[in-house]
Amino acid sequence: MTAASITVSETPLVLYALRRADDALILGHRLSEWCGHAPMLEEDMALANMGLDLLGQARELYAYAAKVEGKNNTEDTFAYLRDVRQYRNLLLVEQKNGDFARTMVRQFFYSAFADLYWRAMMTSRDATLAAIAAKSEKESAYHLRHSSEWMMRLGDGTEESHRRAQAAIDDHWAFTGEMFTVDASERGLIDAGIAIDPERLRPQWLKIVSGVLGEATLARPANDWMQKGGRIGHHTEHLGHLLSELQSMQRSFPGATW
Amino acid sequence: MVNHVTRDMELRQRAWDAAAQVVDPEIPVLTIADLGVLRDISVHDGEIEVAITPTYSGCPAMNMIAVEIEVALERAGFRKPTVRTVLSPAWTTDWMSDDGRRKLKEYGIAPPQAGRGRRALFGVEEVACPQCGSTDTETLSEFGSTSCKALWRCKSCREPFDYFKCH
Repeated sequence: MTAASITVSETPLVLYALRRADDALILGHRLSEWCGHAPMLEEDMALANMGLDLLGQARELYAYAAKVEGKNNTEDTFAYLRDVRQYRNLLLVEQKNGDFARTMVRQFFYSAFADLYWRAMMTSRDATLAAIAAKSEKESAYHLRHSSEWMMRLGDGTEESHRRAQAAIDDHWAFTGEMFTVDASERGLIDAGIAIDPERLRPQWLKIVSGVLGEATLARPANDWMQKGGRIGHHTEHLGHLLSELQSMQRSFPGATW
Repeated sequence: MVNHVTRDMELRQRAWDAAAQVVDPEIPVLTIADLGVLRDISVHDGEIEVAITPTYSGCPAMNMIAVEIEVALERAGFRKPTVRTVLSPAWTTDWMSDDGRRKLKEYGIAPPQAGRGRRALFGVEEVACPQCGSTDTETLSEFGSTSCKALWRCKSCREPFDYFKCH
């Protein structure tokens, strides 16, 4: 017996919370995959710590989505019982860990955005989202500092680390544009002061990214073509594999508890 | 009426005293009152509700702390206390009591530095070694054995130590 997927009533606010929850859960899961494999013990702990912060953020957001939706869904059913096409995360966060440079570039691009995003969201007219933002903003500041330091160490390190870091930047760049996109569902929330317009964060994001890459002797790609789709469930091939591992227990043994 | 209010105030104080004894399972020298995790206790018709706030979003100690509070209150004679998690205002190390900071240092963990700018992208922090007091120290890792700590090393006495991060 396997557990079937749930259905979700994606009203604008439910969808908005789910998208951010999915970002945090998927990136947190990716970081947790390093547990026991990181290049050194300190990094193993750092990545697990950041993964835990993201998992905590995801839980708060899922719990809020469940409350707003007002059906029988819970944070667990959102995480374990939605199929790949029902996931709403950014394509950036589901990319594979690859080598350490790829993991750090993905983290740096996301953290530079998340840090600005959560700080801006502290002014949301939605009290729960503002409270989640106030907590997340403190955590994202550490995540950004950590990944920024690694960008410099890798970019300005050896020839090999520089080459790998630059390749990772070039490969992930096309996934960064999705962070700043807004659709009709979110436009209404922005107009109501519940969400913020991510487009206004783009200049600051570019400034942070350009500044760190410059220090790290790494080049910002000139190519401005951007890929998107994660927000409406069109994912890269990697997410399905990730979910099959994340969900295997609840799919195979529905309702299993510790 | 007055008796009722007085009784609730006494109950609340007794409940607070009991809950305030619960320690952080990861840093057992600190109570949840020292940490500022214990936010509020309210009494409605003799029913106790405790409000706690997480240090970090994913702090795994929160579930255990909630259970320990329930146990402590039931031991103190309160039946079916409830524990609620509140997110706002967000927890900050500024809420840590002076007593808590002293106990941390004696335990070998450098207490959080008041008023440090965690926002500085590459900020230089001056953290005194809890063993020898020297400020000639360096960061080994921003992340330590728990979410709330970083790993540091003293360059004077060569001892590594945990630093309770400003948050």
